[in-house]
Amino acid sequence: MSFQPVKFYQTGTYTVGNRLLAAVDHSVQADPLRSNSINSGHRACQGCGEALGARYAIDAAMAESHGQLIAVNATGCLEVFSTPYPESSWQVPWIHSLFGNAPAVATGVAAAMKVKGKTDVRIVAQGGDGSTTDIGFGCLSGMFERNDDVLYICYDNEAYMNTGVQRSSATPPAARTATTMPVGAEPGNAFGQGKNLPEIAMAHNIPYVATATVADLRDLEYKVRKAMGIRGARYIHLFVPCPLGWGTAPHDTILMARLAKESGTFPVFEAEYGEVTGVLKIRRQIPVEDYLKPQKRFAHLFGKHARPDMVARIQAIADRNIRKYGLLEQGANSNAE
Amino acid sequence: MPNKPFAITLKPGTSLANLTGTWRTERPVYLNRLPPCNNACPAGENIQGWLFHAESGDYEQAWRVLVENNPLPAVMGRVCYHPCEGACNRGQLDESVGINSVERFLGDEAIKQGWKFAAPATSTGKRVLVVGAGPSGLSAAYHLARAGHQVEIHEAGSQAGGMMRFGIPKYRLPREVLDAEIARILEMGVTLRLNTRVDLIEQSMKGFDAAFLAVGAHIAKRAFIPAGDAAHIVDAVSVLRSMEGEDQPMLGRRVVVYGGGNTAIDVARTAKRLGATDAVIVYRRTREKMPAHDFEVEEALQEGVMIKWLSTIKQAEEGNLTVEKMVLDEKGVPQPTGEFETIEADSLVLALGQDVDLSLLDGVSELKISNGTVQVSANMMTGHPGIFAGGDMVPSERTVTVAIGHGKRAARNIDAWLHGTSCEPVAKHEIATFDKLNPWYYSDADKTVRPMLDIIRRQTSFDEVQGGLNETNALFEARRCLSCGNCFECDNCYGVCPDNAVIKLGAGKGFQFNYDYCKGCGLCVAECPCGAIKMVPEQT
Amino acid sequence: MLKQTEGSKAVAEAIALCRPEVICAYPISPQTHIVEALGEMVKAGELTPCEFINVESEFAAMSVAIGASAAGARAYTATASQGLLFMVEAVYNASGLGLPIVMTVANRAIGAPINIWNDHSDSLSQRDSGWMQLFAETNQEAVDLHIQAFRLAEELSMPIMVCMDGFILTHAFERVDIPSQQQVDSYLPPFDPRQVLDPADPVSIGAMVGPEAFMEVKYLAHAKQMQAIERIPQLAAEFKQTFGRDSGGLIRTYRAEDAETIIIAMGSVLGTIKDTVDEMREEGHKIGVLGIISYRPFPLEQVRAALLHCRRFLVLEKSLAVGMGGIVATDVRMAVTGTGLKGYTAIAGLGGRAIPKSSLHKLFRQAEKEDLPPVTFLDLDWEAVNKQLERERLTRRSGPAAENMLHDKGIVSAKFG
Repeated sequence: MSFQPVKFYQTGTYTVGNRLLAAVDHSVQADPLRSNSINSGHRACQGCGEALGARYAIDAAMAESHGQLIAVNATGCLEVFSTPYPESSWQVPWIHSLFGNAPAVATGVAAAMKVKGKTDVRIVAQGGDGSTTDIGFGCLSGMFERNDDVLYICYDNEAYMNTGVQRSSATPPAARTATTMPVGAEPGNAFGQGKNLPEIAMAHNIPYVATATVADLRDLEYKVRKAMGIRGARYIHLFVPCPLGWGTAPHDTILMARLAKESGTFPVFEAEYGEVTGVLKIRRQIPVEDYLKPQKRFAHLFGKHARPDMVARIQAIADRNIRKYGLLEQGANSNAE
Repeated sequence: MPNKPFAITLKPGTSLANLTGTWRTERPVYLNRLPPCNNACPAGENIQGWLFHAESGDYEQAWRVLVENNPLPAVMGRVCYHPCEGACNRGQLDESVGINSVERFLGDEAIKQGWKFAAPATSTGKRVLVVGAGPSGLSAAYHLARAGHQVEIHEAGSQAGGMMRFGIPKYRLPREVLDAEIARILEMGVTLRLNTRVDLIEQSMKGFDAAFLAVGAHIAKRAFIPAGDAAHIVDAVSVLRSMEGEDQPMLGRRVVVYGGGNTAIDVARTAKRLGATDAVIVYRRTREKMPAHDFEVEEALQEGVMIKWLSTIKQAEEGNLTVEKMVLDEKGVPQPTGEFETIEADSLVLALGQDVDLSLLDGVSELKISNGTVQVSANMMTGHPGIFAGGDMVPSERTVTVAIGHGKRAARNIDAWLHGTSCEPVAKHEIATFDKLNPWYYSDADKTVRPMLDIIRRQTSFDEVQGGLNETNALFEARRCLSCGNCFECDNCYGVCPDNAVIKLGAGKGFQFNYDYCKGCGLCVAECPCGAIKMVPEQT
Repeated sequence: MLKQTEGSKAVAEAIALCRPEVICAYPISPQTHIVEALGEMVKAGELTPCEFINVESEFAAMSVAIGASAAGARAYTATASQGLLFMVEAVYNASGLGLPIVMTVANRAIGAPINIWNDHSDSLSQRDSGWMQLFAETNQEAVDLHIQAFRLAEELSMPIMVCMDGFILTHAFERVDIPSQQQVDSYLPPFDPRQVLDPADPVSIGAMVGPEAFMEVKYLAHAKQMQAIERIPQLAAEFKQTFGRDSGGLIRTYRAEDAETIIIAMGSVLGTIKDTVDEMREEGHKIGVLGIISYRPFPLEQVRAALLHCRRFLVLEKSLAVGMGGIVATDVRMAVTGTGLKGYTAIAGLGGRAIPKSSLHKLFRQAEKEDLPPVTFLDLDWEAVNKQLERERLTRRSGPAAENMLHDKGIVSAKFG
């Protein structure tokens, strides 16, 4: 079963905390004593989804492991903004090696813990979508195949943001990046066949795969905690909007994640041993246009030289997600075009 | 870290040295915005404030916050037309919060549990005369007593309550509820003199430092209707008043009520309960134009009351009335058509409004009276220093809620006046309009429907028509409150800050920004469900 | 204990005696036998506690070793040739992070053309990677150097490649003295990491370092290797005390005391060179040998001191700096700067080309007569090379050089026409 929001007290479990919920129902982020795994003073942009997602995820992992956690970080924004000499934001033991090897380094750390009998110490590896879906993909697949005792978290902001917003294999169709400019007959990124990392992870039949967004904290924490309770290779694909790369207002970071989920663009689900076991249903469905329009990276689809044909293709992708994962509540009507 | 490799290995958490607050061009600040319900409440209740406590099941605390402004919640929870619910932001989400039903629950709970008002903390030695024990007078007496003044109420009638007793039928307001809430006010040390009509205020005021007049509007307005000697014509005020006496009014089997206000509805429904087979309201205009509240019209229709729209009564004879059909002109004013019909009627009840008996003011200097009401300033004082007035006798909407609000406002101003100061109205906070909220966060929850008495008993008895909420659904309903403009400690700001720049101070203490690290992204503002944070530009 | 065994097997046993805790394995010839043997030992429960991890690439192998080492485990892997090149990014990272990983490099040529045979191009391509590199002359020395390598690496917190010639050593059966566990334990203390990932004492390893401190970090790595120049002979001496054998050290000379001509080389070819020198000595030639064991750090002073009294030297190396000449020779010439010594470079044995004594006799005599160009390519088939150069002059689309030359030599044409 996927995460079930607490139905009622005013905001249920939609908000971070809730003064009236029982202690067991508190989110990690509501705790005044949460680990703040990544400390203040980091150099992430204003409204950075990745900085937020990383604290959400690692704090939850810290809570679940009772502080017995080691984090391995791929090169990328998260690494650069958190550990420029002489200051580190991390409050957990942390290592950065390379862009493409975080899963393998994590395997090594996990092996070391195993050989030393420190089985209470848990390992999390983390990287952006570039490191996960492109350059570190081989190492990730290897880690999955060996079923090493590592939780890998991909912070997906859909492009290489650290190097200046270039396309990654997680960049969505039509999106503008520095290497997929909005010019020519097919402006923005090509409509490829996509590279669905969560599904690729599932194809390894690892014990646990989940997607989540920074807009659904409780669901995210539930998934991290659940993943931490399992041994073997686990994968969480966390959707983290990037104000810089997407051309959105810093205060809209969470909104963007919410719209991605509510439009069906980013399906939120979990899977065990290769089979989907739960989905977070769309609560208030919107057409993809509502999600795309506020983002400058899709600005060329609207306005003077609008491309409704391309918007329709993106809608078709979302509709397919909705069908495939059953994202709508039974009986709910689609109000998307 | 002397033993660790130079530069490539760092101490944990050392980024605190990097004060990212310097990046900021705007800063978030916490604020309280005025919830639309509070803004709309004629009694000036802090609705969001008491719902906050009700949400946690602390009903006594909720009741105590409620009665800061209104000492009659069980009454209000029944008879108030709840403009708060009309203003409620939740109405734009699904349905407005059932504020009125929660208020009634709290009022009833207070009666059940025997909660009392705290005794006045101080005694000023000042004496205030309150004339009239209606909602306005009782409210004023309560607030004055709380402020430490000695209060004496002079009531012309034999029982306290004013229009709450003599104007509102029992099926809407059971008398034991009214009695309990009045008794609680008196227990504060307020003296009530019944059957004490104030003929001339200046005489009665001797020995008092100030007076609050709230005599209400009890004189029924008349309309000229040519009538035969045997025609049975009475007014609504007397009918409703006589319901409180030993002898119930004799209205007959066919009763026609003339008028379109809530009183007309009340009388028609009362007639029905008294055994009338036909209770017909005759009203000049259409349902849309009717001043009575729609839900009351609906309830009356359910009970079998009939309404003749666009009709005036031209003639009353024994056993029948002549009615003329009207049409609305383009301005919405009814015009006669010359078409007549006769309807059978054993009695005709006129419900055409009430006038104020202002005779007690005879001889008082510097008063201003117009349209049959006393003019008062913003601080509720008449032109005569020390004489304040409120309720139906001053120009305003004539509802219990407005009257209670008048009583409170007058009491504050009397208190200030007695202290030789003045009571400046505090600047209102900006209103927490719907666009200030992030409604995503509120759980979907439909309004709780209050139980209604079955239709047979509604037609045959004076049992209360509308039931109350029980503890479970009152809690549910309270928790539908969006807490507009006021932090309810959902921890969103604390959670969504990517820079950990929000400090959680602990339960009941709220939050604080750590401007050393806040980069001014505004996520906390965007994700605050209730609009209790805003961005302000940094000073250069 | 003396054993007739394969070089790889012997090295595997030596590694096992060093109690590695994490071993990463990815197959590439000619190092496979080493990790295969270790894998079997782990699986059989003979080597415990130890995690043997079959990774998906050499890049992963080094990365897993990085993670394990950073978490305080003694980490080992082995590679060669393309494998070493594929892991290069992680190779630099391991040294940059100061992680004392020991890696065997079974030296092998680098393609294209793909070639599995021995030369030193692979590890020499990593001369600036920050890793120390020790070259074994024999399988006995390979065994001994691995034991010393763990000690040195962990003392300095820097990684080491132990280089042994692919096939020539790895696949050669010869008599090797395998030390006892007790001996190794007394020489090699348990790994006490300089820093470790530990929830009880968190650190952030692998910071981004800007211009303000980057040079210092790099200098400190250099300083570590300078310290190694002092420690390597000391550790060799200690090794002798414990194990009773001369093994390791920075350099080793052979019959060089009165030599006018000194031949310089690394690895197993020193054996052939020594045999040749023995024969020439019998004929009265004043010729000697300088073997370099520690290529990184490069013992400039020791090499200089060893050469000062000779008249000329010849560096024979199994590597080629294309477009320039010798790689080891460059370092040797740096060592003798200002001495006026005559120096020659011979590029030999690339891609496994045999280095017969006959060719060495000829070469060394030419060196003695100072009748050599600065760079000589030993046993190069000039006819084939010239033919191909001519072809390329004549036609733009001359086809692949390697295949052309094989045709010329009749190797392919004989089979396929």
